[in-house]
Formats: sequence, C-alpha cells, structure tokens
Amino acid sequence: MKSDHGAGAISRRHLLAGAAGSAVLVTLRPAGAAPANRTETTESAIRRFAGDAEIRSGRVSLDLPPLVENGNTVPLTVSVESPMTEADHVRRIGVFNEKNPQPNVVTLHLGPRAGRAHVATRIRLADTQRITAIAEMSDGTYWSASADAIVTLAACLEG
Amino acid sequence: MARALINLPKTAKAGDVIEIKTLISHPMETGFRPGPDGRILPRNIITEFLCRFEGEEIFRAELFPAASANPYLTFTTTATRSGTFQFTWRGDGGFDQTETATVTVA
Repeated sequence: MKSDHGAGAISRRHLLAGAAGSAVLVTLRPAGAAPANRTETTESAIRRFAGDAEIRSGRVSLDLPPLVENGNTVPLTVSVESPMTEADHVRRIGVFNEKNPQPNVVTLHLGPRAGRAHVATRIRLADTQRITAIAEMSDGTYWSASADAIVTLAACLEG
Repeated sequence: MARALINLPKTAKAGDVIEIKTLISHPMETGFRPGPDGRILPRNIITEFLCRFEGEEIFRAELFPAASANPYLTFTTTATRSGTFQFTWRGDGGFDQTETATVTVA
C-alpha cells in the first residue's frame, strides 16, 4: 500500500510537469494494463484461426448477458446450426474478445460424435466490449456471430 | 489434486445426445494481474481440456487466460454404447489431472 501512495504522488507531480512526465507514467504502469499492450490484435488472432477464408455471419449463435456485473465470471453459450453428421459437422469454434490483454478466449474442437454443436463455459471480460465466435465447418466454410457486453466490474487487472 | 466435478447421466438410450458438465478447481492466474507486492503474478492456467470416450477423442478445448477461474465446460456427445469417459486437464507448471466417468447405454 505504501508503494501505491508513492506511485500516486509521482504520477501527480509528473502530470503537473506536463508531457515529459507522461512518458514516465506509461512505463510505471504494469505490463498488459493498457489495451495498447495487447499481445496480438483481434484481427490477427482471427486470421490465425481461419486463415484467409471468408467469414460469413450466421449459423452461429452466441449468448452472453448484455450487462455484466462481474467480469471475472461471465456465462457464455455458443451453439451452431449443424446436423453434426459425418458429412456435415462443426470442426472448431473459436471465441475472441476485443479488449482483454489477449484476444483468444477459448478454442473448441468438436466432431460428428458431439451430436449437437452446443458448448457453455464461463469467461473473463476486462472491459465493455464485443465478443465474436467463429465456427469452422467440415466443408471448410467459416460462420460467425458477435455479442456485446457491458462490464461494470472488470476482470484480469484487479482482484 | 484439484477437485473436479463431472456431471453426466448414468444411463442413456443408444443414439441419445447426452450433456456432460465439467468443472475443476483452479485459480487460472492470468499473468496480467499484479499481486500484493505490485509485481505481476506469473501465469498459471489450464491450457487444454480433453474428453475421450474409450480412448477416442470426442471433445477438446484450448483455454486462454480469458477463461474464468475454476474452468467450467458443458458439451454434448451421442451415446452409442456403454463405456468410460476420460477427462484430462493440462496446464502450466506441469498440471495434469485425469478423471473418469462411466455411462451405461441400454
């Protein structure tokens, strides 16, 4: 706690000192705290998942609460319209965020044995943002859906 | 050993789609969060979850720091015959735990 006060005092002084101080301020912030310090952009994470394939919207439904009180545990359900047969099934589902320190949330590998493409989990959200789910089908097409969530208590950086 | 909860029907009819719920106690430390001393706590997460039925992979999930503490996953599978499900969680620091559950298909 003592060190917090020290850092606060330095920040105020530097703020008053002007632009020269703000550079120091940035270095004082813990790594990963600022969105600028993201390990990878959402676009590049999605490209790593889907390659150069065209991603169409539809067939996927993503369900998460529009207003999140606690970003540490947000229920998320993703389902894909698919007969889940040997000939036509969902291979993978990738879930991506916009503003967490890392763009990936979870990557799910399914197969025709799943019977239904329906998965539920709980995730962390660091900020009010848009979540995207992308499904890769057995025929090589990609489908996506997005959902917005307003987060009142952020995860990841505190508590 | 971390505490793991697995919930699936004990019996099923052949061809039924059954739902499997899994939960394991794990802090899922993100590696982005400062500890009490202000330093970033090292990452300690489960990176992979794998479900096999009689040795055959039926579901796999790659987890990232954005997964909540005590990772919870619900997924489905088609019941074809009686057998054993194997659930494996792997993660940072050599974390590796396997649990089993059986289903009887009538």
